[in-house]
This record gives sequence, structure tokens and C-alpha cells, in this order.
Amino acid sequence: MSTPLPLAEQFQYGLDAPICLTWELTYACNLACVHCLSSSGRRDPRELSTAECKAVIDELERMQVFYVNIGGGEPTVRSDFWELVDYATAHHVGVKFSTNGVRITPEVAARLAASDYVDMQISLDGATEAVNDAVRGPGSYQTAMRAMANLAAAGFRGFKLSVVVTRHNAGQLDEFKAIADRFGAQLRLTRLRPSGRGADVWDELHPTAAQQRELYDWLVAHGERVLTGDSFFHLAAYGDALPGLNLCGAGRMVCLIDPVGDVYACPFAIHDSFRAGNVRGEGGFTGVWRTSELFADLRQPQTGGACTSCSAFDACRGGCMAAKFFTGLPLDGPDPECVKGHGAAALAAVDLELVPKPSLDHSRPASRRAGPVPVTIGARPPDRACEESPLAGLRL
Amino acid sequence: MPAQVSIRPERFGALLYHFGTRRLSFLKSPELLKVVQVLADFPTARAACTDAGVSAAELPAYRAALATLAASEMIRERKPS
Ligand code: SF4
Ligand code: SF4
Repeated sequence: MSTPLPLAEQFQYGLDAPICLTWELTYACNLACVHCLSSSGRRDPRELSTAECKAVIDELERMQVFYVNIGGGEPTVRSDFWELVDYATAHHVGVKFSTNGVRITPEVAARLAASDYVDMQISLDGATEAVNDAVRGPGSYQTAMRAMANLAAAGFRGFKLSVVVTRHNAGQLDEFKAIADRFGAQLRLTRLRPSGRGADVWDELHPTAAQQRELYDWLVAHGERVLTGDSFFHLAAYGDALPGLNLCGAGRMVCLIDPVGDVYACPFAIHDSFRAGNVRGEGGFTGVWRTSELFADLRQPQTGGACTSCSAFDACRGGCMAAKFFTGLPLDGPDPECVKGHGAAALAAVDLELVPKPSLDHSRPASRRAGPVPVTIGARPPDRACEESPLAGLRL
Repeated sequence: MPAQVSIRPERFGALLYHFGTRRLSFLKSPELLKVVQVLADFPTARAACTDAGVSAAELPAYRAALATLAASEMIRERKPS
């Protein structure tokens, strides 16, 4: 059969609709933090209303977006959350959402298990209570375990146990896998990216070079049984490509809608430089996706810059755009975690004063600052159901 | 094609998503999309391929592609009516 270009090349030019659309419904409690939870309900007044959200869902149905990833710490704090979930699923838009598990009671679990259109992701940052709770706060490990037990008891098969790999938990991969197996869940490992709160946290938490190597070997050994959301493709430069497309999907198959309706190229690229438009605009979300100048730019063939001469360029393609941006590296150069060591060298030359910060009006809204100080701020990355293409499930 | 499968035409062919298995799949060419779309209207896959303009030489490739789709439950044998 005639296939003029490999799929990765095709995808490079963008799709008619995103495959992986992350939608952050609310700013309230975006962090899995007890203090944030207590101030929940304080929404940004500019957040999309229920009717506006439904209009977006109508568009997604017309565009045949298969599902949306509802990100954030606790999307369920929005009082119309279940109404929107029901509306989406009734309109053939599936919902995957990410939660720390606090509201996954046996009743909720039963309800979730009953729908093909709802998928769940429970986030954990440590395979042991000590490692997890040091980052996510006391009790959070037990909360997640309880939620998974409830889902398993309700017969929800194959929900995701989602782990952002950090320096502290990189040695616990087997344990994470065992936990997932115990609850009939699927393990999903994703990459820590220096987005949201800048490079400082990332500096302390991102896996060491040795850990990256072990992670790569572990992923190769486990193949498709462990999901990665295609997020470790920069590791492909070690040798064999990992399952997936190995392509930065930003603006091509990936995007983010934030609570006020702004559309960004990727949930990890929340910065004015990557804002394509707003769903409240005339053409709606469809218009932004199909006609924004930013997305048109991203769908041009990208230059590899300093990476072009690298033997691994075909597999790695210079890595993650957001990771480069928020560590102050040039977008057409190596990833900060370049396995050949070029990223570390480039980072050493970065002037920290010039490193871009996320657009403050969006990532640190007044509602959050008004609440009690979230003690875990900066200590853990935000949960995102899907930071890029969900292509670990890819069957070519 | 099961009701849980959604199909979205794209420039290169189509994307498929199965809501039950939560897996994504691809149809790598517009011709294959055509075959999948008319599959239910024909008694055999071969007849569907012929209708979609697939040449005899290409049949093995299409057979393999359909087998892959069947293995991932994107298409299945019709229920006897
Ligand atoms: S997370 Fe990085 S690699 Fe993935 S889509 Fe976003 S910018 Fe691209
Ligand atoms: S030099 Fe660039 S392409 Fe080569 S491994 Fe490093 S980041 Fe990847």
C-alpha cells in the first residue's frame, strides 16, 4: 500500500484535530496539596462557565477529538465537574482524568467503572509511603492506595497509576510496577519537565544521567506493558527507539486549554510564546487549532540546529521543546537531559536571569495566592493526564 | 466495526480510537480507510478491497493490515444475523 511518508513525518505537519488535548478546568487546587484543597472553590472569575465548557465539548465532538485529559490537582473541585463529564461522554468525547484519589470513594469508583468513556489516572510520586509523602504531603500515599483499592473493587480494569520519574523514585520502578499489578492498573511513567515553576525544582529533582540510563534499560525491557506517553523519546538516543512516535507533538497533535480558555501548544509550555489563542475567540477552539499562526509555525519542519549533526538525531530530534525553553536553552539545540551530555554542557552556559518564567497570570492566579500558602509548592510537578501523545498505545 | 470504535479521517488516512481498550490506531492510507468504511457492506474483505480499488498485487498488504486491526479489536467479524 502506498505510504508516501512515515507516520512521524506525517504527524509533523499536524493533524486536523489534536490526539492529546489537555484541559485544565479550574485553577482552584491545581496542586495536590492539603492547603490548596481547603481553599478550593475559589475560582478565577474569568474561568469558562458551564455553558462555555459545553460549547467547547460540542466543538470537540464535531472535530472528533476522541478524548480530553482533564488535568490539574483535583478537577472535581469544580461543582459542575460531573455534569461536564456526563455531557462529554454523551457527546462521544471520552474523559481521562488525573487525581490524587481523594474523592474516589467506592460509590464514585463504581460509577467510573460503568463507563467506557471515562478513564482514570491516580498519581503517585513514591512507591513507598516515605518517598511519596515527603513530596505530596502526609497521608497522600494512603489516599492513593485507598482510591486504587476502590477502583479495583469496583471492577475498573486498566486504570493508570501515573508516576513522574524523579531522582527520588527512579530506583523504585519495580515497586511501582508491582503496585500497579496488584490493583489491575497499568503503570504509566512520565518525564519530569521544568515547566510551571521553572528550572529550580527541576534542577534538584530530575533524574541523574546514571538514573536515566537505568530508566531507559528498564523501559526497553518492559516494552508496551508500561505506558510512557512517548515522553522519554530523548532517551532513544541510547540505542533502540522506545514504543511511540518519538516526536514532539506540541501544536501538532498536542495542546492545552487552560481554565480561562487560552490555548497553548502543550501543557508544559504555558508561556505567552506558546499561546495560540482563546476558545472564546470567533473561530472557537477549532479556529485556534486550525488557523493560529503559532501552530502553523510549529507544523513547519523544524531545524535541528546543533543537534543535526548528532548520530541520534532521527530518534531523539533534540528532545522536548518545553524542557529546553524553561531551562533557557535554544529550541533548536539539545535537550537539557541530552543523553550525550550536550544538554548539561549547554546548561552550564545559561544565564539564569534570562531563563523564561511561566506566564504568571495563568500559572499563579490570584485565587491561589489568596489561599493559605501551599507548602508543597515547588516540590512537585503538576499532574497532567497527558503531556503529549498517548502513543505508548500505538499500533502501527 | 464495534460501536466503541471511533474513526477520524486525516490527510494520511485515518486515526482510530477504541473506547473499550483505550487504544489508538492508524490507517496508513486513504485507500485503507475506504476499505474499512465499506467492509460491512460486503460479504468478504476481499470484495470490500476490490470495491475500494485495491489491486490484486496489493491484497496481501491489506490482508495484513486488516488482521492487525482485528487483533486490536478495531474491527471484528460481524455477528450472524
Ligand atoms: S512535553 Fe515537550 S516534547 Fe512533549 S509535546 Fe510538549 S514540548 Fe513537545
Ligand atoms: S545532541 Fe541533540 S539529537 Fe543528539 S542526543 Fe543530544 S539532544 Fe538528542
